[in-house]
Amino acid sequence: MAEVTEEKKADADLKRVHTYPLIRHSDMNDEMKTEAMELCVTACEKFASNNENAAKMIKDTMDKKFGASWHAVVGEGYGFEITHEVKNLLYMFFGGNMAIILWKCS
Amino acid sequence: MPPKSKNSVAIERKRSRRDQDDLTDTAEAAEQDDWMQAKALVKPDDQLELTEAELKEEFTRILTANNPHAPQNIVRYSFKERQFKQTSSVDQLAVHFSMDGNLLHKDSEEARRQMNRTERQSVVKEEPTESGEPEAAAASTAAVEEVTEEGGAEGEVKDDGGEEGAATASKGAKAKSEKKLTNQFNYSERASQTYNNPFRDRGTVTEPPPRASFSSNVTQWEIYDAYQEDFEKQEKTKEKKVPGRKEEGKTKKKFTMSESSSDDISRVETAAKIVERMVNQNTYDDIAQDFKYWEDVSDEYRDQEGTLLPLWKFTFEKAKKLAITSVCWSPMYRDLYAVSCGSYDFMKQGSGLIIFWTLKNPSFPECYFETDSGVMCLDIHPQHPHLICAGFYDGSVAVFSAVERKEGPIYRCTAKNGKHTDPVWQVRWQKDDADNNMNFYSISSDGRICLWTILKNEMIFQDVIRLLLPDVPAEGPDGIKVPTTGSGTAFDFHQQKDYLFLVGTEEGKVHICSKAYTSHFIDTINAHNMAVYKVCWNRFHPRIFITCSADWTVKIWEMRDTLEKKNENESRKPLFSFDLNNCVGDVAWAPYSSTVFAAVTSDGKAFVYDLNVNKYEPLCEQMVAQKKKTKLTHVDFNPTYPMLIVGDDRGSVISLKLSPNLRKMKAEKKGAPPPDEATKIQREIEKLEKILSMVREQPTEATHS
Repeated sequence: MAEVTEEKKADADLKRVHTYPLIRHSDMNDEMKTEAMELCVTACEKFASNNENAAKMIKDTMDKKFGASWHAVVGEGYGFEITHEVKNLLYMFFGGNMAIILWKCS
Repeated sequence: MPPKSKNSVAIERKRSRRDQDDLTDTAEAAEQDDWMQAKALVKPDDQLELTEAELKEEFTRILTANNPHAPQNIVRYSFKERQFKQTSSVDQLAVHFSMDGNLLHKDSEEARRQMNRTERQSVVKEEPTESGEPEAAAASTAAVEEVTEEGGAEGEVKDDGGEEGAATASKGAKAKSEKKLTNQFNYSERASQTYNNPFRDRGTVTEPPPRASFSSNVTQWEIYDAYQEDFEKQEKTKEKKVPGRKEEGKTKKKFTMSESSSDDISRVETAAKIVERMVNQNTYDDIAQDFKYWEDVSDEYRDQEGTLLPLWKFTFEKAKKLAITSVCWSPMYRDLYAVSCGSYDFMKQGSGLIIFWTLKNPSFPECYFETDSGVMCLDIHPQHPHLICAGFYDGSVAVFSAVERKEGPIYRCTAKNGKHTDPVWQVRWQKDDADNNMNFYSISSDGRICLWTILKNEMIFQDVIRLLLPDVPAEGPDGIKVPTTGSGTAFDFHQQKDYLFLVGTEEGKVHICSKAYTSHFIDTINAHNMAVYKVCWNRFHPRIFITCSADWTVKIWEMRDTLEKKNENESRKPLFSFDLNNCVGDVAWAPYSSTVFAAVTSDGKAFVYDLNVNKYEPLCEQMVAQKKKTKLTHVDFNPTYPMLIVGDDRGSVISLKLSPNLRKMKAEKKGAPPPDEATKIQREIEKLEKILSMVREQPTEATHS
């Protein structure tokens, strides 16, 4: 993995920037989780400066792939309390400063 | 014309004969008369009288299809060309005679009606006269009938008019044959309408999909902490991977095996393995039952002797031409053992094998490694039972891992880093050294005893002892004195004092050595006259060891104190000496008793001794090899079960169950608590000590004779 080798080099540097996606909490099945995670990564990379567009892209794509009523929040700092359908939640960090919460609730 | 009249008469005759068979002879006579009359020629009155010449004259007449009376010059007006034109086609047909026929087609309506009528008549006729029948039959079968006959039939109908009843009866038959037509004036089609079911509403409520709540706060420091935590975790697993190899035992073995491979066959590997085990369990059920429950009852009637019951036999196709060069039970799994395969024959060296067998599957090895050189010895690491060190005939040593699905060894020494120059006869794992590196010893006939330490990516060596023969330095090719080296064949490490070890040599000597001194031995015994094949410390008594040799003997020795040694230097005598009448390939102490040991010989026999029971004779001497020339090479006791495995020089391993007499233990006092491990050992030592004291008391007498 590229991150692993990167981390090795910068071992001593405490201010290292972690860029890899880190799943904080998820109850999705593995297949869905990987797909959703990859989607989030793509969206955040594509709209690096526009969180709204990134969230919109994540939501739209998830709606298409896994059925309607997905919700996505992308941001650097926020609080949330959500109700979601079981097995349809992903809470992950990306790029060292971005948090993405993605859930389904109809 | 006479011929015609004759013909017509003949036809008439024939008909009449057909009709009435009873008119016979008289008619025949009349025909004769006709024939006679035909000879009289009748001439018309106005016939021309012609002369002969005139009669012979021929008139040629040509018959053409043209009508001589047809006009040749018919002219019609052609509107197309607007002029009169002569028509080319002239009607050549001339009708000379025409007559309306009265024939009917068989299938026509009229004919059918006629047929029905005649049928009716035949029915009517049948009743009154029997003689009329043929005619009626003839009429009904004829497809086409003449009108004259029909007329006749009609007349007959009129005659039979009175019998209307019969006619109506036949009408029924006629109706049956004809298709009934629908009455087109009194015909109605029926239709009906079905009842419409009323609509009804019904509803159910399903449970909503399960939901859960989740809440959290996103802040930059939380994100940072999460990453930091994950990073530390990753570091840890990375660190673990290196020593993790040691920690993950056999339990992980199967897991990684199934995990690492993803192709189609290996996906069913676990399932296939289970099925294989099940099949084997069924196939070898009787052996398993014997192994578990059968005890030789005849032992009760023999007071001392015991027997060995052959259980599973382990053969592997690839090992068929190789000899078993060592056997070793797994320290972790009671049913698993490893064998090494190579060749003892100098002339027939080839490839080697390391095979893991389990008692649960005698038909195929659990795992095996193929090597390019014969494997002469192996040892399973006591703490990490997936690691095997092995010595090869070419002098190299290697470490294999049963966990890693790798074809070859994970470490192997080369000529550059300390490889032996002669076959390696024994290898043995040692406790991890001060830096927690795994290490093992090897002994080879080049006279070196090497310590191999496994570092992260390499294996380094260190010569511990060189076996020198001080007395006879050999002459080198150019007159230099070259110190001859002894060649080690076997060694064994002391269980308590880990610096102490025994070395057996090809010259028949046994050296007691210490890891501390690399150049001299603590003690040296001229134990045997030929090569020592095995030296082995007693498992309980710290000073007793056993040796076996090619000189047909097995000897038991006691290590003496250094002072004593100096007193009687060369006159060391064994405590016991047993002559087995053939080359003794291997000897092994039993794990359960200090006085029981087993030995195997080249003539295919296995011996089991118990000094406690009989100091001179074996309790069991049994032919184990199935073929006459098969040599038994190695033996080892299972650490827990009362069984031993014996390897032969044909690559097969035979497992044998010890009968009750061979594993007799001192009877426990009733009601006494089961002894703990320490007292057990103490008792075993005492037991052996008692026997030894008897031997020691008259040492000179016993051994001198």
